[in-house]
Amino acid sequence: MPLPVTTTRYLFFTGKGGVGKTSLSCATGLALAEAGQQVLIVSTDPASNLDEVLSVPLSQTPTAVPGAPGLFALNIDPVASAHAYKERMVAPYRGILPAAAIQSMEEQFSGACTVEIAAFDEFSKLLGDPAATATFDHVIFDTAPTGHTLRLLTLPTAWNEFIGSATGGASCLGPLAGLEKQKALYAATVERLASPAQTSVILVSRPDVAALREAERTRAELSELGVSNLQLAINGLFAATASGDAIANAMAQRASGALVAMPGGLRALKRSTIPFLPLGTVGLDALRLMAHSEHIGSIGEQSDLPTTEVPEGLGPLIDTIAQAGHGVVMTMGKGGVGKTTVAAAVAVALARRGGQVILSTTDPAAHVSAALDGSVPGLRVTRIDPAAEVAQYTREVLEKAGKQLDAGGRAMLEEDLRSPCTEEIAVFRAFARTVDEGKNGFVVLDTAPTGHTILLLDAAEAYHREVSRTQGEMPESVRQLLPRLRDPNYTHVLIVTLPEATPVHEAQRLQSDLQRAGIPTFAWVINQSLLASGTQDPLLSQRGTYEIPFIREVADALASRCALIPWLAQAPVGVAGLAQLVDYPVKPPTDWQGGALHSTDTGGLR
Amino acid sequence: MKKLEVFDPAMCCSTGVCGVEVDPVLAQFSADLKWVEEHGVAVQRYNLGQQPQAFAAHPDVLKEMEAGMDRLPVIAVDGHIVSTGIYPSRQQLVQKLDIALISADKPRVKLGEATCSPTSGCC
Repeated sequence: MPLPVTTTRYLFFTGKGGVGKTSLSCATGLALAEAGQQVLIVSTDPASNLDEVLSVPLSQTPTAVPGAPGLFALNIDPVASAHAYKERMVAPYRGILPAAAIQSMEEQFSGACTVEIAAFDEFSKLLGDPAATATFDHVIFDTAPTGHTLRLLTLPTAWNEFIGSATGGASCLGPLAGLEKQKALYAATVERLASPAQTSVILVSRPDVAALREAERTRAELSELGVSNLQLAINGLFAATASGDAIANAMAQRASGALVAMPGGLRALKRSTIPFLPLGTVGLDALRLMAHSEHIGSIGEQSDLPTTEVPEGLGPLIDTIAQAGHGVVMTMGKGGVGKTTVAAAVAVALARRGGQVILSTTDPAAHVSAALDGSVPGLRVTRIDPAAEVAQYTREVLEKAGKQLDAGGRAMLEEDLRSPCTEEIAVFRAFARTVDEGKNGFVVLDTAPTGHTILLLDAAEAYHREVSRTQGEMPESVRQLLPRLRDPNYTHVLIVTLPEATPVHEAQRLQSDLQRAGIPTFAWVINQSLLASGTQDPLLSQRGTYEIPFIREVADALASRCALIPWLAQAPVGVAGLAQLVDYPVKPPTDWQGGALHSTDTGGLR
Repeated sequence: MKKLEVFDPAMCCSTGVCGVEVDPVLAQFSADLKWVEEHGVAVQRYNLGQQPQAFAAHPDVLKEMEAGMDRLPVIAVDGHIVSTGIYPSRQQLVQKLDIALISADKPRVKLGEATCSPTSGCC
């Protein structure tokens, strides 16, 4: 049985970025609809690709999917929800309050906090209020990448506790001060999540070590929240073939090695496995193949496969960046495209060219980076840890602002600091601080998955406006953040993508979002290309051919500068492994088996 | 019963922890309002971002805003504006509200609790 078992009304798909949550949600929803059920698929990802996978433009209300009777889908777009909320609040006062007052109201609703709460509010309506989805037999949530998902899942508890414990009456409930009224709805949301009869959570993973590790972390955290009805879905398993191809063997071995080393907590779960699909998962026909892989067509003659000229490796890009002598390099893109790996490779290469380099990650599972600390002279590795940042921010505020307060004022301040909004602020300040360090040397940052990055940049914009009118004490790093991100001599943005539909189109949206924010893109990096890997395996060659239009789209239309990294038989781990990404073309190493079992993060293949 | 109204500028929350920088004056002011309330004053606080209707309903406050947004916060006692552009200290609130500091206030500070600071206005 390739697809997960679906008996409950609510289904959640969660997992590391790029593991195929959206594809699997859609394939599952489609299978249910074709069995005669009424199904609603909901995306909460700020950078949702549900539209593309189902090949239909979606909105915030259920839209019927053409060609699939009974299947409906909608996007919870947090930015649009926040915008709608802002309009509801502000519009009635235009022409009544002075223009300056209207403007300051609008600015207040532009922060990341508003977006977060507005999205949660929409989500609660769908899950906590059965009437909202009464006409559907199943509601499937294709949730955003893991960090955000967990926050979404813990938010009901967090808000509930916060509302319950707030005593001062003047608490920081942010832009939704009327939240208490929603308390019953939020309580129902939490209860429904934890009920095994109503909700199943499917942990989606690629057969690779990093994705499985993340799935295990999520499993543990969900268990703690009381969510017990869990399943595991292994997506894209490539089985060994008899071809004797080095790339095929390395890929099969990496997958089976990862599955053998699977954590015990995951091993105990009910499991389904979807095989490697060479032609992507966009459109209903491709989604049907996920459920019925026996229909994957037989492979034709290999000799007449088309090919194309591919861009060169990372080396020339790094030479250009190195000339600046200092500044920030940010790798951005959809989850699972290899931002961490590319960031690590760039950091090592810059350090080897004599630079002082800080490699900073926001990825909680960034073992690739951590392993590099101290391995190359001039390279230092740091991490932005939200929990630690919140603790430090709280301490700082209480020290600075708290000492002039009496006991009552201090208690009130402490209470407000427990607000879920504090994390946004604390992480944002850490981000600004890290960017600031680029004035003395190189800082290489692998940013959080796309949606969150955009929120971060929105926050930067909102903050920048607020900063310009605030006279108060303000860290210089925050004041300088946006001007620095906009300065092409200070910041080099690398957009990382895989050569396939969804990551390329998501990256394209990211590039225009950045452009709107006044932040130029320095270059694109196409990662894990099978076309350039030298594989002769029939299935993998077919996949390589499928990459061609996407490589051309990036190289010819989207990118002003472009680099390409082949899928590597030796895992890109450690100083030597990462050097392969820079010094292209790569000859397949003879001892690839040695590296294969130590793979920690390649994001797997899609 | 006296009525104290505070018309705040648009802000995330009344202590400002969500802002760019925490302003200790805001946290202290919130605590002072609570204290004033315990002395028999009805306190109402309006945030421009969340309760714009209160601003729209008060012609004098509207007039102040038209003169400049830096007039916020506006403090009104029984409907009359008593201060603009600053958060008054506890002592200033006491004066504006004419609160009699009756001796019964003092035992409110329980044994073992933090001692009063000279600025807190309770001693």
